[in-house]
Amino acid sequence: MKVSMFITCISDAVYPRIGEAMARLLAKYGVALHFPTIQTCCGQPAFNSGYWEEARASAKTILEAFEDSDFVIAPSGSCIGMIHHYPKLFEDDPILLAKAEGLRKKSYEFTQFLVNVLGVTDVGATFPHKVTYHPSCHGSRILGVKEEPMMLMRNVKGMELIPLPFAEDCCGFGGTFAVKMSDISGAMVNEKADHVLESEAEVLVGLDMACLMNIAGNLRYRNKPIRVMHLAELLFEGVEHA
Amino acid sequence: MSKTDMKGTTVKGRAELALNDDFLRKAVKFTTERLRDGKRKASDDLGNWEEWRERGRQIRLHTIAHLDYYLNQFANQARLNGVHVHFADTAEDAVKITLAIAERKQALSVVKSKSMVTEELHLNQALESIGVDVVESDLGEYIIQLAGETPSHIIIPAIHKNRYQIADLLSKEAGETLPPDTAILAGFVRKKLREKFLEADIGMTGCNFAIAETGSMVLFENEGNARMVSTVPSTQITLMGMERIIPSWSDLEVMATLLPRSATGQKLTVYMSGITGPRRQEDGDGPDEMHIIILDNGRSLQLGDPEFQELLNCIRCGACLNACPVYRHIGGHAYGGTYSGPIGAVLTPALNKNIDQWDDIASASTLCGACYEACPVKIPLHDMLIYLRRRKVERGLGDKMESIGMRGFAAIMSNSKRYENALKVGKLAQRLVVKDGEITSKLGPLKGWNNYRVAPSLAKQSFRDQWGTMEEEIRHGLQEIDPLVSNRMEEIVRNREAGGKGHD
Repeated sequence: MKVSMFITCISDAVYPRIGEAMARLLAKYGVALHFPTIQTCCGQPAFNSGYWEEARASAKTILEAFEDSDFVIAPSGSCIGMIHHYPKLFEDDPILLAKAEGLRKKSYEFTQFLVNVLGVTDVGATFPHKVTYHPSCHGSRILGVKEEPMMLMRNVKGMELIPLPFAEDCCGFGGTFAVKMSDISGAMVNEKADHVLESEAEVLVGLDMACLMNIAGNLRYRNKPIRVMHLAELLFEGVEHA
Repeated sequence: MSKTDMKGTTVKGRAELALNDDFLRKAVKFTTERLRDGKRKASDDLGNWEEWRERGRQIRLHTIAHLDYYLNQFANQARLNGVHVHFADTAEDAVKITLAIAERKQALSVVKSKSMVTEELHLNQALESIGVDVVESDLGEYIIQLAGETPSHIIIPAIHKNRYQIADLLSKEAGETLPPDTAILAGFVRKKLREKFLEADIGMTGCNFAIAETGSMVLFENEGNARMVSTVPSTQITLMGMERIIPSWSDLEVMATLLPRSATGQKLTVYMSGITGPRRQEDGDGPDEMHIIILDNGRSLQLGDPEFQELLNCIRCGACLNACPVYRHIGGHAYGGTYSGPIGAVLTPALNKNIDQWDDIASASTLCGACYEACPVKIPLHDMLIYLRRRKVERGLGDKMESIGMRGFAAIMSNSKRYENALKVGKLAQRLVVKDGEITSKLGPLKGWNNYRVAPSLAKQSFRDQWGTMEEEIRHGLQEIDPLVSNRMEEIVRNREAGGKGHD
């Protein structure tokens, strides 16, 4: 059984600790992740901006990297969501289309794999902090990952999970949108960070580093000492300290 | 700059106006939140909302797939009912038809109920240009008309105004100071409009649904003004987009379940009127002459286009506007077209086949999918926004700098060695700007981001740099896999290989 890690370019280059937490946590369940180094980026920045030829160039590395994997796991609902667009992206190429369909079926966001495949809802973590959760749009709306993270979080000992006001509203990241429409994006992230502050949580947790980078960057800009973590990281830390 | 004349401006420029208008942002936020909560409650109370949505979607898909058949049926039935049915290919044609009727009737005044199609045609200005007095009778539309603006929301035209601003506008009209009290303000308008209803030569309405089997039209409203417009004046003109059709009254049951709940969170609007032809001898009221103008104006361009045909399924409830986090901050005028919010961002370019004339409105979205989730007929607007962007790029109309950037992206990301080298170069280059693992500089491309945030730096060692040692450590302490789990995994793989859909 070959279970492969799709690290995603942002976690690879900026937040390697997320990949480490995911790999070490899954090892506790006997899953030895495999990491094909020919992977780069899912192609989403180009795809979403309308540059599909460029998106295909990047996406092909993902199709190739995971061709012989049985399961592909990424710490991002957005990048897995992009893989769900691959059949459309490669609709004119029968060979790559078949590969795209194959990859889509075996790709999992991290909590989907943990809960729905490994059957784990309690990792045995302890995390004695006030935590609020931002459900990223692509993971929750496009992939439908809603219950999985909630189940995992509810079973963390000592953790107070505080509802985030207007949790389902987008944080304003949107890839190139954050730069192209920077003032609209800025208004959105200001509002999201206000809601995080309103929750009075010490920690903001989520499943997508791009959104978390956006919110964390705004909180930091405003000098607000909220710790921002990926759920894989929180669970792993909670297990280590349990 | 007047908000109603923003041709030639950019999305960013228009959004900036809104972002600096605290009154507007507060007013829009307040009302969209109220409507969004109302919709949530109404759909929860009803139950099985997803099934209702799917039924609505199926009815719309079927109707649009057979639009020629149902339009014919509708027109034939309406003519049998004594209605004059006109087809207009373009906005100009529809205006011409309307003006001809007004001239033949020697009309001096027209009273209107809410119609987005007439906004699309700029019909008020056209009528005024031939000396016809035009009065909007929907409260929100009336306010907008007094302000000389255009609607900033499909169903709440004056959503961007608060009651103090509205009191100022109405006080000018009243010639006395009216207090910012909703009941008093509405009372003033009510009295004023009564006179207009009685003196109008023509009543003009939009159309929520047109029922093919009987040639009837259905209006949903809360103020009773559409009923006045369609019963008091001796001539009625109804304008409808060609996609407003549904096959039968039993299909209306589904639509009447979806539309008010999605729009305002109401189980049903205060009035729902079905109108089948002009006044008959035995009727107590109604127009003596009735016209229905069916407008194309770019709609038929979507037919047969697999990426955009579903756009014609829209029932104009406005739920996507209320759910949209971008609309909440910039309001409707920033979209620069008749239709605003996510539906407007897609509809405005799609109705215009000349891609050269599309502005950048499709870029003003994070693709969060809140519009799709809110849509009662499940139109994938978030996907359509990407298709619009792609069509522009394919036509060579992408932003120059962005095109260069994307070519660079493709060159780096198409090969992992180049990607690894790019990371190395990036790590060297960032030394100039990184401090304590962060980048705060607002120079060059960092400006947009760093005006609101700090940027993280590239990690000293990427994950792939660390993996070799990490993997060895992990393999060393690996736990045994639970046989139940490995059996389950094998079963998932077997199912998948047997042609199963996968886990979604």
